[in-house]
Amino acid sequence: MRAGRSALLVAPTGAGKTLAGFLPSLTALAERPPAKKSRGLHTLYISPLKALAVDIARNLEAPIAEMGLSISVETRTGDTPSHKRTRQVERPPDILLTTPEQLALLIAHREASELFSNLSCVVLDELHALVTSKRGDLLSLALARVHRLSPGLTAIGLSATVREPDDLRRYLVPQRHASADERGSPTLSLQEREHGGADEAGVPEPPMADLVVVRGGAAPDLHMLDTGLTLPLAGHTAWQAMPAIYDLIGRHRTVLVFVNTRLQAEYTFQELWRINEESYPIALHHGSLDATQRRRVEAAMAAGQLRAIVCTATLDLGIDWGDVDLVVNIGAPKGASRIMQRIGRANHRMDEPSKAYLVPANRFEILECQAALDAVEAAAQDTPDARLGAPDVLAQHILGMACADAFDPLRLYDEIVSAAPYATLSWEDFEAVVDYVATGGYALRAYERFAKILRGPDGLWRVRDARTAQQYRMNVGTIVESAKVKVRLARANRARPGAVLPRGGRVLGEIEEDFADTLTPGDTFLFAGEVLRFEGLTEDEALATRAGPGTDPAIPSYAGAKFPISTFLAARVRAMIADPFEWDRLPKQVSDYLVQQRTRSVLPGPTGLLVETFPRSGRYYLTAFPFEGRLAHQTLGMLLTRRLERARMRPLGFAANDYGIAIWMTRDLSARIATGSDFLEALFAEDMLGDDLEAWLDESAMMKRTFRQCAVIAGLIERRYPGQAKTGRQVTMSTDLVYDVLRKHQPDHLLLRAARQDAATGLLDVKRLGVMLRRIQGRIVHKALDRVSPLSVSVMLEIGREKVYGEGADEILAEAEAQLLEEALG
Amino acid sequence: MALGARLEKTTKAPGLTLAGEHLTLDLCGGLWLAAHGTLIVSDLHLEKGSAFAARSGQFLPPYDTRETLACLHEVVARLDPARVVALGDSFHDARGPDRMEPGDRAMVAALQEGRDWVWIAGNHDHAVTEGVGGRYAEILTLGGLTLRHEPTPDAVDGEVSGHLHPCGKVAMRGRAVRRRCFVTDGRRLIMPAFGAYAGGLNVRNPVFEPLFPAGFTAHLLGDGRVFAIGKSMLAKD
Repeated sequence: MRAGRSALLVAPTGAGKTLAGFLPSLTALAERPPAKKSRGLHTLYISPLKALAVDIARNLEAPIAEMGLSISVETRTGDTPSHKRTRQVERPPDILLTTPEQLALLIAHREASELFSNLSCVVLDELHALVTSKRGDLLSLALARVHRLSPGLTAIGLSATVREPDDLRRYLVPQRHASADERGSPTLSLQEREHGGADEAGVPEPPMADLVVVRGGAAPDLHMLDTGLTLPLAGHTAWQAMPAIYDLIGRHRTVLVFVNTRLQAEYTFQELWRINEESYPIALHHGSLDATQRRRVEAAMAAGQLRAIVCTATLDLGIDWGDVDLVVNIGAPKGASRIMQRIGRANHRMDEPSKAYLVPANRFEILECQAALDAVEAAAQDTPDARLGAPDVLAQHILGMACADAFDPLRLYDEIVSAAPYATLSWEDFEAVVDYVATGGYALRAYERFAKILRGPDGLWRVRDARTAQQYRMNVGTIVESAKVKVRLARANRARPGAVLPRGGRVLGEIEEDFADTLTPGDTFLFAGEVLRFEGLTEDEALATRAGPGTDPAIPSYAGAKFPISTFLAARVRAMIADPFEWDRLPKQVSDYLVQQRTRSVLPGPTGLLVETFPRSGRYYLTAFPFEGRLAHQTLGMLLTRRLERARMRPLGFAANDYGIAIWMTRDLSARIATGSDFLEALFAEDMLGDDLEAWLDESAMMKRTFRQCAVIAGLIERRYPGQAKTGRQVTMSTDLVYDVLRKHQPDHLLLRAARQDAATGLLDVKRLGVMLRRIQGRIVHKALDRVSPLSVSVMLEIGREKVYGEGADEILAEAEAQLLEEALG
Repeated sequence: MALGARLEKTTKAPGLTLAGEHLTLDLCGGLWLAAHGTLIVSDLHLEKGSAFAARSGQFLPPYDTRETLACLHEVVARLDPARVVALGDSFHDARGPDRMEPGDRAMVAALQEGRDWVWIAGNHDHAVTEGVGGRYAEILTLGGLTLRHEPTPDAVDGEVSGHLHPCGKVAMRGRAVRRRCFVTDGRRLIMPAFGAYAGGLNVRNPVFEPLFPAGFTAHLLGDGRVFAIGKSMLAKD
């Protein structure tokens, strides 16, 4: 790194890699002769969290002060006052710590080329976390611009252990286009590329940063928590384990209790307090809680005042908030890398082992925990593949570049394809994005005279006016919060029993609007550590009262992060089930269960697909076990339901978990399969990803949500800010209308392509489903049973726990209408 | 589940009587007065997409006008009305007609061909009084019905209006369905917005209360038919 070469530093948590990333800069800055005036920005540090940037600034300032160095360090986040931001551009500090969004704003500044001209080093922290999202795309484009503004730049990436470090190494340095010539400059102009040239020389290796790997210190001290109790076949609450977890809290200084969803966080927090006879300070931390409440928990944790924090992925990323000596992970680990990063949160010291317990909540999770233990033992990683840069993010970036300065499209294209996620972007696709930015990219050229960027006679593109530049600045970034409503504690109205006073209570946090929409007054749900009774909605708030003691929450779930099991871990679980020699390693309750499944039906094989059909209480069920995660299974359930409906099997609904799906219908499916041997093969044929998928996407709420996010990022719909007249509810409504109209009239529009690209890996997990459908061709094992098998029970138990899908809008409306008829008939 | 059977049993042409006139509520959101050979549609909001582009630089897909006209064409072809009444806010703003694509303009002309076409003035398009064929009116009386854009507080029986873009929401078992709807108390009727980009206002909004002091029934436009839903079954937003 000293030699000025870009490098990726891979180290386990606790190795002090962040400060190591700054060493070359500190040395260089300390060695330079003193100067009277600012010499421009020397080092830029980018972190995914603004809290982390602030934290690092503190950690840097101390040694700098101790050594008496004259090095200025400043942070720049959304909280930085505007006068300070202005000053930072005029007289920049030596080291600036900031976020990807702020960097995007800086490079779109008119003074950007001046500001970055002397930059010699950029440090990207937690790179493994950044590159998996659209923020990583945005950052890669900003990095490409910074590389161009300061050609001698050294880029240093800091990362936890990942499966493919080469992906991150490429991310750090400018890429050549696929057809680039070895002899040529790092990027070829389009004309050169069009005249081909490099093909006969073979495809050159893409450039990569150096790799520095710090081997992990002590191996983690990792166990599965065995309470000795028999676990249920489904469910995620792990209620049996609460006394044991409480006992662990009593024997440690600070325990981080990770759970997978906010619902689990709420439940676990409540259960631990119920048995908290010692009154240990136990806190709750998740993304829906009020921000001030979260800050309070973080401060108490840093001050060592807490014995345990029940948290979701919001505490996944690395701020040293306290002296954590144990991590407990409740529920399925979902991924090997993910669990290792969580374990790393305990004991931020290299020489001591991190101590952690995995707590399975059901018998399937025992299998998943065992698979994760094996993976950690083998140090196997399952971080996701490198992303293909999203077109909506590119649209935002191009508008930003026009705000910075007039751009030459050929030069900008060369710069963009030097960013690893966009290395394969074609010129035609680039042109399409420029066209989108200018006039919306519509086949109907309706908006030429309103164009946001205009091409001058000199061939350069410029932003239309100051208002457009202002709009860009207001909408920068890739994080699109789903529309939310505040949850306010309402007071009972004494004068009118049953009614509530709308104001007065405190705000407990926020819930997704989609969830609030499904509540009817009287529904009870878990939130902020208590059971609440929903009372109604005002314009922007959900009003709730505390439910009486002992009330069970009636509404099972509200949206929260729910990661599907990784393909890697799923394959290990599947292999374990298929191989009876492995069963010795499993607790008896699991091996007994698998033996029962083998006796009554058959075990799912390591690659094929087991499908069971059986009757139960007047309905006919199909269960299947693809092991592809709940998101892919939900998509599969939707598509299978459509097909079964066409086959007149009258499907009524379906339920899915990480391992399988269950669909129920009114016609006898076993009989139908018996009459035609290829019925099942046809049902699971890969072509369901054709017309059926397209038809479903028309109405899929998840697809509409995905589209909305793309539309906001690409600037089609403006972001909302507090105090703006337009409320979130109206925006949500109108994006749905826009989606419907656009799909009908220009299905290949850029934003629909962007939404489809997201759907492939995001909420719909279509890509994973496609891989599975290809894999199982000719390998479907069907068992027609008289009754439900042990394996099927696990997925059947999801029915009622989760929302039931596949119920049409008209069925809901018909039921509401029937109520009116009943009233009328008296 | 007996839902399927119940569904089939209750499927019939949804109609109601207002001021002695028989009205058919069409699934497309139009109102069909067979006795008068008249089709009423409200709040087309043509050129709403381009209005956004002109005013705030938001380039919504410019296909809303043709989408709205295509729906209108479908119902006109099916019912072949002698008269079409556009119940106000037919254009999103006064300059809407100027921004219209020639193809869409021709579509309007084709729809008007051979029938009486009445543009009722709305608050958005009050200034549009020429250039798009048909005739213009503030109010139209048809048998016992009074057709106007905005509902009036103390209406006589038989007022048919639009303006509010009513929507009804049904929430049940963790799912919510929100649809455009007709609202009526048997004395007056408020029509759903017809335009592709016209948003909706929940019928439980306080705005509707003084208009229907004795409650109302909402007729929601489902996928396959129109559903009559009582006020008590409708959720607030």
